[in-house]
Amino acid sequence: MRSLALWRAAGLAVLLAVAAVIPLDDNVVLTQVGVLVLMFVGAAVAWNIFSGFTGYISLGAAVFFGTGVYTVALITKHLNLVGGVVFALYPLGGLVAAVVAVPFGLIALRVRRHTFVVVTIAVFFIFQLMASNFSWTGGVTGISPPFLNWDATTVYNPFYYTALLIAVVAAVLAWAIWGSRFGLQLRAIRDDEDRARGLGVRTMRVKLTAFVISAFILGTLGGLYFYFQSDALPQYAFNPFFDLTIALMAFIGGFGTLSGPIFGALLLEPYLGWAQQQVSNTYAAQIVLGVLFLFVIILLPRGILPTVGEKLTALRASRQRRAAERGTGPPPGLPVGATAAASPAEPTTRSAS
Amino acid sequence: MGTFMRAITDGVLQGGVYGLMAVGLTLIFGVLDIINIAQGIMVILGAYLSFVLWTHLHIDVFVGLLITIPAMFILGVAIQFLFIRPLRGRERTSMSLLACYAVAIITEGILYERFGSNYLSMNTYWTSPKATFKIFGYYLPYIYLLGFALAVLFVVAIYFMLYRTQFGRSVRATMQDHTAARLVGIDVNRVAAFTFGIGVGVTAAGGMVFGELNAFNPNTGYDLISRLLAIVILGGMGSIGGALGASVLVITLASMVDVYWNPEWSTVVFYGALVLVLVFRPQGLFGRKEARAQ
Repeated sequence: MRSLALWRAAGLAVLLAVAAVIPLDDNVVLTQVGVLVLMFVGAAVAWNIFSGFTGYISLGAAVFFGTGVYTVALITKHLNLVGGVVFALYPLGGLVAAVVAVPFGLIALRVRRHTFVVVTIAVFFIFQLMASNFSWTGGVTGISPPFLNWDATTVYNPFYYTALLIAVVAAVLAWAIWGSRFGLQLRAIRDDEDRARGLGVRTMRVKLTAFVISAFILGTLGGLYFYFQSDALPQYAFNPFFDLTIALMAFIGGFGTLSGPIFGALLLEPYLGWAQQQVSNTYAAQIVLGVLFLFVIILLPRGILPTVGEKLTALRASRQRRAAERGTGPPPGLPVGATAAASPAEPTTRSAS
Repeated sequence: MGTFMRAITDGVLQGGVYGLMAVGLTLIFGVLDIINIAQGIMVILGAYLSFVLWTHLHIDVFVGLLITIPAMFILGVAIQFLFIRPLRGRERTSMSLLACYAVAIITEGILYERFGSNYLSMNTYWTSPKATFKIFGYYLPYIYLLGFALAVLFVVAIYFMLYRTQFGRSVRATMQDHTAARLVGIDVNRVAAFTFGIGVGVTAAGGMVFGELNAFNPNTGYDLISRLLAIVILGGMGSIGGALGASVLVITLASMVDVYWNPEWSTVVFYGALVLVLVFRPQGLFGRKEARAQ
């Protein structure tokens, strides 16, 4: 296990180092894609803190994201803010999103499973329609931010590092929650909510807390998105595709695990970004995405990381067993996956036959 | 008075059509315990199929149903067999939701690839001004009435199938208890495949009427599925009569708002009603208290 932890730490360090130097290349497109990738890493991790840990699948994450977008947009518009101060506004977007999450959660968390999914979709559509119908949100024309008079080659760098910061904070938060009493309560709810309640978990309070934390991160990302995209439009701020994409990322990587959503976002968002560049062939890209999705669901139903982790553990166990039978000791150079994060080691008690 | 009657007739007649699509959804949910998120795009696929049969082969849309319904039925059985049945384990429910979503985006992609993103309107006899009659001082197209009649016909047929046939008996047994149904010798897999096929098959009819009444493009499926889900939840998941009742109720409500206030807001009222009902009656308007497998 020691070597596994080492591998994992090394992998993480390499990942962070690569992430930190990407903007130094002065490649604007690369940085731009990088911002989106990091935003989705943060969003998928935030989604997973609530949905992955509790098992309540929410397709209303865009409610918080869009609330963040519009909060920051409205503040900027009314106070006429420009310059670096805008970065201080992002947490404000998160704060408003967190406030929105309280009544939303109090209504939606009364129901479970399918009904919960549908209620989140309904609330999402209410928000989207409100954004496009009220006059103070700018209606369908939305709100534009003031022009940022920044150097064109490095214009995305501040966004990049902010997104990186948010993603890292979200991941660390997820990790801290996972190991805590609170995290255990969340996972108890996922396994059997009624029993968890019977054992003294205040389920409503615990669920709502996770919901609000997740909303805060998503709202902060929404604030970032407003300046990055230079738009607060109803159909992009409240985008149904956003909900489905982050859910897909978490599922592909490994639903309810720590590294799964990160891995899924790193895998999927570059593909989606690339597909969007190929405008003439977007539909083919969409079909490929759907097929990929089905492939993962049927062949790797628990996500790539947990399944691969299990396979590696099983492989290692059988090799060790065979080696032990031959009495030659453990073979060298085993492929101990740095990818096996957060998956429970499979019991190695299967019979040797 | 004229406007009021118009809002009511529009609402009830369109509500019947939505009810037909929602019945397919709720039937699939009741038997398989999954939400077929692809139902919306299936409706649109049905509309496109009718459109193609009409424009290329000049087959009347109602006659065309003889081709499209079996085709959609087979498609539904195939989807269930290929993508839903292999799913196992604890996360089966959420996985099947995602599998259906994947089917939806593939179908949407194919439709975009084939037909582009322009809105299509059917240009058949039923949409021409000739096919209308005057009632309450305005002209109502026949298709509204025929669509409603079709919806009622199919819902009655499904009811008959469920409550008067041997197959329906096994479907209801499966709805009540999978394991027990299997123990008394019901081929649960076959029941599931057929139910999925029927649920998708009726969308061919729903889609045809929808296409006659509205302009559509592949993206319309998202709007449709969210409405259908709201209807199904309102009616109580798995309740067929509930789906029909809720759909007539809610579409009438939306149509009233449309006429008296503002078309832009009619959808908000629709979802707002859903949220309100769920706050006070989480099992839906017509659902039983002990909702299944909650």
